[in-house]
Amino acid sequence: MTDVAVDIRELTRRFGALTAVSRLTLAVQRGEVFGLLGPNGSGKTTTIRMLCGLLEPSAGDATVAGVDVRAAPERVKTQIGYMSQRFGLYEDLTVAENLEFYGGIYGLSGAAQRDRTGQVVAFLGIGGRLGQLAAELSGGWKQRLALGCALLHHPPVLFLDEPTAGVDPAARRNFWRAIHELSRGGTTVLVTTHYMDEAERCDRLGMMSLGHLIALGTPAQVAQQVGGKTLEDAFILLQEKDER
Amino acid sequence: MRRLWPMVRKEFIQMRRDRLTLGVMFGIPVVQLLMFGFAIQTDVRHIPTIVVDQSRTPESRDIVRALENTGNFRIVAYGNDRATLDDAIARGRAQAGIVVPSDYARNLGRGSTATFQVIIDASDPLSSQSALAAAAGVAQQRNLELLAAATGRTTLPLEPRVRPRYNPGLRSATYIVPGLIGLILTMTMVLITATAVVRERERGTLEQLIVTPITKTELMLGKIAPYVGVGLFQMTAVLLLGRFVFDIPYVGSLALLYAVSLLYIVASLSLGLFISTLVRTQQQAMQMSFFFMLPSILLSGFMFPRQAMPVAFQWISLLIPLTHFLKILRGILLKGVGAGPILPQILVLCGFAVALIGLAVRRFHKTLD
Repeated sequence: MTDVAVDIRELTRRFGALTAVSRLTLAVQRGEVFGLLGPNGSGKTTTIRMLCGLLEPSAGDATVAGVDVRAAPERVKTQIGYMSQRFGLYEDLTVAENLEFYGGIYGLSGAAQRDRTGQVVAFLGIGGRLGQLAAELSGGWKQRLALGCALLHHPPVLFLDEPTAGVDPAARRNFWRAIHELSRGGTTVLVTTHYMDEAERCDRLGMMSLGHLIALGTPAQVAQQVGGKTLEDAFILLQEKDER
Repeated sequence: MRRLWPMVRKEFIQMRRDRLTLGVMFGIPVVQLLMFGFAIQTDVRHIPTIVVDQSRTPESRDIVRALENTGNFRIVAYGNDRATLDDAIARGRAQAGIVVPSDYARNLGRGSTATFQVIIDASDPLSSQSALAAAAGVAQQRNLELLAAATGRTTLPLEPRVRPRYNPGLRSATYIVPGLIGLILTMTMVLITATAVVRERERGTLEQLIVTPITKTELMLGKIAPYVGVGLFQMTAVLLLGRFVFDIPYVGSLALLYAVSLLYIVASLSLGLFISTLVRTQQQAMQMSFFFMLPSILLSGFMFPRQAMPVAFQWISLLIPLTHFLKILRGILLKGVGAGPILPQILVLCGFAVALIGLAVRRFHKTLD
């Protein structure tokens, strides 16, 4: 097995006349925390959706954990965990019921399911909330639950689309602690974000603008490539350029 | 298929928590049954009637009483002249008027043709029809009696023997209730599945669900399987209420009825699933379901006889699954027929089910676009 977990080559997606993602090429190493950075509409979410098999690419190829997303999108789905921007779990189910449902959907059952659910609950510290309806959780707890459901089947690759939108700073810090722990354990994480402090925590970044990858490297390298002193400067420069 | 059970379980938990939908699902059969069973009567009786008796004789009172005794006319007022009568009908205080002219008794006694007038507000044709028939019936009866007395014959030369089979009392409820099973299943099965899938899309839970390895079949079956149970429950509720509240005798095989209904339920659920793939929001799903439901109610023969429709509409009504299911329901429940006589309808329903499942499977995708 190679050490490339996500391999993207010339990946393109068009919606009618609009090209949301244009010939994106990049490789994410196994165990890496890779951040996709860019203003709204830069193509981050579309990229993640293509990699998850939610959207069909218009052109180009990608493999995730060695599986071709065009040829076998359903097999990709066994290899990944996914958190969307919007809370995607069932608000009318309790925390425990959501975990049980997703465990079942990922093919777990019996003692194996109980053990694994117990591990995830302990890892994310959500044991005290099991009986609560998901609708009653605050943003931070919802996000932990969503991560928990995405982890139940030990996915080698995690896709997180703006996972910390609308979450308070303390919860964000805890969340990133968990991300780094997963990464140390060999899980590859591809995350999109708006927050500069989060971007700084990534091993490498890809900066996107209007569907193109315009910078790639460590956070410091990316800032330099775009032409700002800090990452934040670079981001603002880019956003202003896009809006013009 | 191992992921089907968690899916079904989840649907049941959600169903249990959603009190409103639950109430609608189980309330609809009861409310509709009571509404259609009690409120809707196609035989209109007791029309408010104003009487203008200008003859004021025992004979004139006799004919008015005869009309009243048919049960079709309920006398609410007496007037002295035509103007009063016209006014009462115009204002809607009365829907019918009986006028006995001043020469009524005299003509009757002389043996020349005596007339009485029955005026009916035909702006509502359905209610005027039975009143017209009743008025004609009364006159006919009187004529026979008078002629018999004149000729000295005590027996009638001709008498039709009409036997209303399957519904001897000609009760509306007997006709309506079996059809109601079909109507309720159509309404709830199509609407519930259509909105159940679209709701997941609107809330964003579908996106999370379709990035899992759940198969398309498991997803679709998981969405419709719980509602098969709901449909069978609704049907049982209507059957029981029909039997014990409306006293409808079911003469046919209930096993056959349930087997064929299952087919209809699956066809309706597939239609709902298909609709869910065509729309973006729950509101659109509802509108589309209603768009389908209206012809089902009006053209299927549930309320209005198909024989009365223009030929073109009779053909169109054949495209509605409920048309065929109604024949099956009435055939089994009221006529007590076996599978043989309703085989054509059963085959048509099979065709609908296969076609609708096919359409739903084709259109339903595990992607966002």
